[in-house]
Amino acid sequence: MNDMTDEERQLVEWLADMNEDDALALAKRMLLEDKKNPMRVLELCRAAMDIVGKRFEEGEYFLPELVLAGEMLETIGAIAKPLIKLGDGGEAKKHGKVLIGTVHGDLHDIGKNIVSFMLDINGFEVKDIGVDVPVRTFIDEINTWQPDVVGLSGFLTLAFESMKETIAAFESAGMRDKFKVMIGGGQIDDTVKNYTGADAFGVNAVEAVALCRRWMGVAA
Amino acid sequence: MNAPAASAAYDQRWQRIQDCINLKQPDRMPVALYSTFWLAKYGGITCKQLMYDYEKTKEIAERAVLEFEPDVISTLLLTVASGRSLEAIGFKQLQWPGHGVGDNQPFQYLDREYMKADEYDEFIFDPTGYYLHTYLPRVAEAFEGFEELPNFPGLHYFRLVGSVRSFANPRVRAAFENVFKAAEESERFFQHHVQFMARMASLGYPATNGTTGVSPYDFIADYFRGATGMMKDLFRNKDKLLQLLDKVAVFLLRQIIPTAKASGNPIVFIPIHWAPDAFMSPKQFETFWWPSFRKMLIGLIDVGLVPMPLWEADCTKRLEVIKDVPAGKCIYWFERTDMVKAFEVLGDVVALRGNLSPSLLTTGKPDEVDAAVKHLVDNVWNQGGKLILDAAFGLPDETPVENVRAMFDAARKYAG
Repeated sequence: MNDMTDEERQLVEWLADMNEDDALALAKRMLLEDKKNPMRVLELCRAAMDIVGKRFEEGEYFLPELVLAGEMLETIGAIAKPLIKLGDGGEAKKHGKVLIGTVHGDLHDIGKNIVSFMLDINGFEVKDIGVDVPVRTFIDEINTWQPDVVGLSGFLTLAFESMKETIAAFESAGMRDKFKVMIGGGQIDDTVKNYTGADAFGVNAVEAVALCRRWMGVAA
Repeated sequence: MNAPAASAAYDQRWQRIQDCINLKQPDRMPVALYSTFWLAKYGGITCKQLMYDYEKTKEIAERAVLEFEPDVISTLLLTVASGRSLEAIGFKQLQWPGHGVGDNQPFQYLDREYMKADEYDEFIFDPTGYYLHTYLPRVAEAFEGFEELPNFPGLHYFRLVGSVRSFANPRVRAAFENVFKAAEESERFFQHHVQFMARMASLGYPATNGTTGVSPYDFIADYFRGATGMMKDLFRNKDKLLQLLDKVAVFLLRQIIPTAKASGNPIVFIPIHWAPDAFMSPKQFETFWWPSFRKMLIGLIDVGLVPMPLWEADCTKRLEVIKDVPAGKCIYWFERTDMVKAFEVLGDVVALRGNLSPSLLTTGKPDEVDAAVKHLVDNVWNQGGKLILDAAFGLPDETPVENVRAMFDAARKYAG
């Protein structure tokens, strides 16, 4: 986005720099008083999130920045979305569909939520089906939603077995070759990847994005 | 084993831990047995039985200790047999077998915002009042009704005489009844623990720690603000958070020191959740996490206690910072931090503990466990590292017994 006005550039900068108060005040003014095209404002948010994602990848930003960025995006989105009128322009094309959930027996979701957020701001269509997800639910969701990637999350060591069972059920249902499976969570490593039969694992949200990009043939 | 022999064995085992702490070479590498729900697998019972049946849990724990003959043991009963106490107090921050999770699943903490962002001022101004009126009823059903207690500071003269009538309020009365019942169960539970640890001591097995603690940052993040609430506070409520962290360091010390002293064991186990490399920037770590924790460490060391933080996940980038403690006073237990790297940076400052990987222990074969122990012996113990061998955060619940056996056998085979 090179064709930005000074004000637009300012919004992107404040969002990317975690200057929440100023960024939200400016976004509200642009949307509610100046009646700017809400699609344009959301586009600016996405540009800011690109910078946030880059800073995270480069080790300048960490989880707190991702969480705050997610919250700012949500606040602006909640104001902007009801203002979108027909003809304001469509949403950017998504790179692919990622179904994500925490496997059965495990109730943890902080990591999963951050991965969902990072995939979303990187242009993937994400469907998060929550925690403690039974094998059957994964299969039903896959059948109806047809994802390109399935992400299994788990924090406890019991998740090793749940992930293995879930992936084995994909095999039995004859759907295993229709999508890629990535796993992640506090205790996940290469040993667990091999044990469960997943295609890959990631230690953080950036790795999850990189995996999906690679599988979908999207340039970084 | 007869009593004098058991007593001598106890002294010998405890001396190994003491030597590690003092950075002296023990006669052999000590091995710890730390377990939570692994005992259920080992004993062939459900997690629910382990949480509710004091006698059965003690019996299984004793069997495990006698089978593996560790140098130190965790508070095996206290860590898991809390079902009746949790029920009696109506604990809301945990889901446990029969209360939100299945009979054969471990308990799980519910990460929520138990303190709202706009409650910092109240908590900082009057922590006890905040606990009584707001926090306790929020986290435990037994305390529901305490909201109606009066504000104690400010009561005086006839206002004091008059305000005592709050205790006649039926909700307050009912709350007290519930708290008494919870207290009785908690006391029963505690006596089982005391009796079990005394029995283990009489058989020759010292405890790894007398009590537990928490870092000020983790205390607020885990039990008050919740993970995401806390992360947002780093930007939105920065100054208040720093003020609260300072205050928390003081009142946590007031909690921990007398409990540790009463236990007769100087080691304070402090599981650390929010220090990992990935969770915040080095600058955030040095601003928000480390200063109040260091204050606590020094506070414990100053009264002769031995802090034993368990640095969860990977804390490699923190090693240079957390090195700033007096030498020979702490045990640093690492979960995923490379132990060889930890030894290189911290070997002349602290004893080390850990860290066989959970994936290896649960899914690997005994010969792989053997190789992993050998790796730690070759690269840490034999290089002069004062290592207490253990799994990354104790035995994972699903660890096959043969892998536990391999861990203990390999320790004896390679390190005395």
